[in-house]
Amino acid sequence: MTVETKLALSATEVRSFSQSNNEPAWFGSLRAEAIEKAAELPMPTPDKTNITKWNFTEFPQHTVESAPFSSLDELSADLKEIIDIEGQENLYIQRNNTPAFLKISEELKAQGVIFTDILTAVREHSELVQKYFMTEAVKVDEHKLTAYHAALVNGGVFLYVPKNVVVEKPLQVVFLNDNADASLFNHVLVVADTNSAVTYVQTYVSTVEESNGQANLIEEVIALDNAQVTYGSVDVLAKGFTTYVNRRGHIKRDAKVDWALGLMNDSDTISESITHLIGDGSLANTKTVVVGRGEQKQNFTTEIRHWGKNSEGFILKHGVMKDSAQTIFNGIGKIEHGASKSNAEQESRVLMLSEGARGDANPILLIDEDDVMAGHAASVGRVDPIQLYYLMSRGLSKAEAERLVIHGFLAPVVTNLPIESVKNQLTKVIEGKVR
Amino acid sequence: MSTLVIKDLHVSIEDKEILKGLNLTINTNEVHAIMGPNGTGKSTLASAIMGHPKYEVTQGTIEIDGENVLEMEVDERAKAGLFLAMQYPSEISGVTNADFVRSAINARREEGDEISLMKFIRELDKTMDFLEMDQEMAQRYLNEGFSGGEKKRNEILQLMMIKPKFAILDEIDSGLDIDALKVVAKGINEMRGEGFGCIAITHYQRLLNYITPDHVHVMMQGRVVKSGGPELAQRLEAEGYDWIKQELGIEDTDAVTEEA
Repeated sequence: MTVETKLALSATEVRSFSQSNNEPAWFGSLRAEAIEKAAELPMPTPDKTNITKWNFTEFPQHTVESAPFSSLDELSADLKEIIDIEGQENLYIQRNNTPAFLKISEELKAQGVIFTDILTAVREHSELVQKYFMTEAVKVDEHKLTAYHAALVNGGVFLYVPKNVVVEKPLQVVFLNDNADASLFNHVLVVADTNSAVTYVQTYVSTVEESNGQANLIEEVIALDNAQVTYGSVDVLAKGFTTYVNRRGHIKRDAKVDWALGLMNDSDTISESITHLIGDGSLANTKTVVVGRGEQKQNFTTEIRHWGKNSEGFILKHGVMKDSAQTIFNGIGKIEHGASKSNAEQESRVLMLSEGARGDANPILLIDEDDVMAGHAASVGRVDPIQLYYLMSRGLSKAEAERLVIHGFLAPVVTNLPIESVKNQLTKVIEGKVR
Repeated sequence: MSTLVIKDLHVSIEDKEILKGLNLTINTNEVHAIMGPNGTGKSTLASAIMGHPKYEVTQGTIEIDGENVLEMEVDERAKAGLFLAMQYPSEISGVTNADFVRSAINARREEGDEISLMKFIRELDKTMDFLEMDQEMAQRYLNEGFSGGEKKRNEILQLMMIKPKFAILDEIDSGLDIDALKVVAKGINEMRGEGFGCIAITHYQRLLNYITPDHVHVMMQGRVVKSGGPELAQRLEAEGYDWIKQELGIEDTDAVTEEA
């Protein structure tokens, strides 16, 4: 295995990669400038997790070639279970770094909906992508990893829903990782124009035993006035990745975003989800469930920042920790000056299944406005023996009783995933992890 | 016929002895009422039979058809035929009532012989109708946000679906209005018969107007101090407990606090 040294890709190499993809000049320049910034910018500093010894930059190769799927019949049985093969009209599958399958209904095309892989979008919808790509939500120069991501983007999705278009059925994306040398610099950009509505559900599936690569994922959701976005993700990345995932919402007037995130990585993970409630009357619901096991170290920061008046933000995070897993949950509700009549609520709960596991829930409220509502609840504890007693008194074994309590605890996200097959997948993943 | 035999039972909670040598024998096809003033150990008896983790049996035996109940885990006791309708049922978020009841039924069946979904739904619908429960209760999370009365009905729903040999009702009547009480009693009476025995623990004679007991026992100071027929309950209602205390020379010394 050849390992590239830190930031081994030079600006010249990044430019030539861009040219080989036939990317427009602006994107090539963005990449080249970003790699130079990446060399200088500091690392992010996730609260209460020291990442100075984590390796976020080295990987065997920037892109790997994978065979696309000419039909869904070629998918493995496990993958077929995640997708409603007959019913799913809008589907994108990315295999490692290769766009492997795309289906979009005539109806959506006719309505002007754009649903394609990000690098195709950069070429074919250059102006639209340029307007929103790391301009409003995430900025290239926030820190080393955002810049590194911008320089090295090698996959992802662009979804644009035009004004007044309501997409009734969920769009589905599957990121398949079946090459241990693959690194994922996936960028998902969802833009819901004024008065539109869309539901997007993605799944990360690693079938490799242990990855040698990096996962540096940035996902941006831009909801313009009165738009509604429901965003579901089930992440199951293999051990071996160092995962940095940044999900960002930028929510305008009267717009709404619902996040349902099942974060089931087996890798060390730094996850940051920040939703900016920009417009008056905007709303964000962030529901996250996590299972940590083995020696995993993870940090989950969820923040909702209120700028608009009458904005409402709800954070719910439930985590189950077993073995020697260590997890930090930072929940931040921030109400900026001027965001009067806003409401920031959060709940963080951690369930510990073994002596060696560690979990911290840190609820933080930062409020710069008088006329607001805010609240938080946090707890770290074990499975309640009285609940187990009750369930066992009906004949359930201790293991089954524990299973029910844990599933119940993680249900808030499972029940909120809008695609049945993905819901089942998450249930199965949870089952496998907490056993 | 099955028999539940409790002999010389001593039970402590946090090193305080609450039951002090209790004897009781009950057969299927019988309903026993256990009455007594507050703090005499009635709920402790119910919890000890089922195996509540906080209660320690320090002496005595509990057997069901000769099998040693005290050696069984809580779920094994349930599978041996015991059921406790709890005074304060737990709330379990994220687990629907219907899923839970089905898991409980299937826990008693061999793998591959699980109850069919259709049959289960039919039976659940029928039983909920019988108990005048709203059908949407099946899809609500187990006891979460249920009113006191809804929780008690839900205990009886589970009882009727699981069909145990012996049910212990721990103050099933407390906090119930008269209509709910009638429904709960209707459920118990429906279960009565061959193959079902019941211990109804109560403060109040009122429950026994709807569930006529075959035997009535009075508990004081951690023991059964008097047993009789239904007429005993009526006399208690009319005269209180003082006459028993006088008759048996019991003084109010160490009444203990009833444990939730």
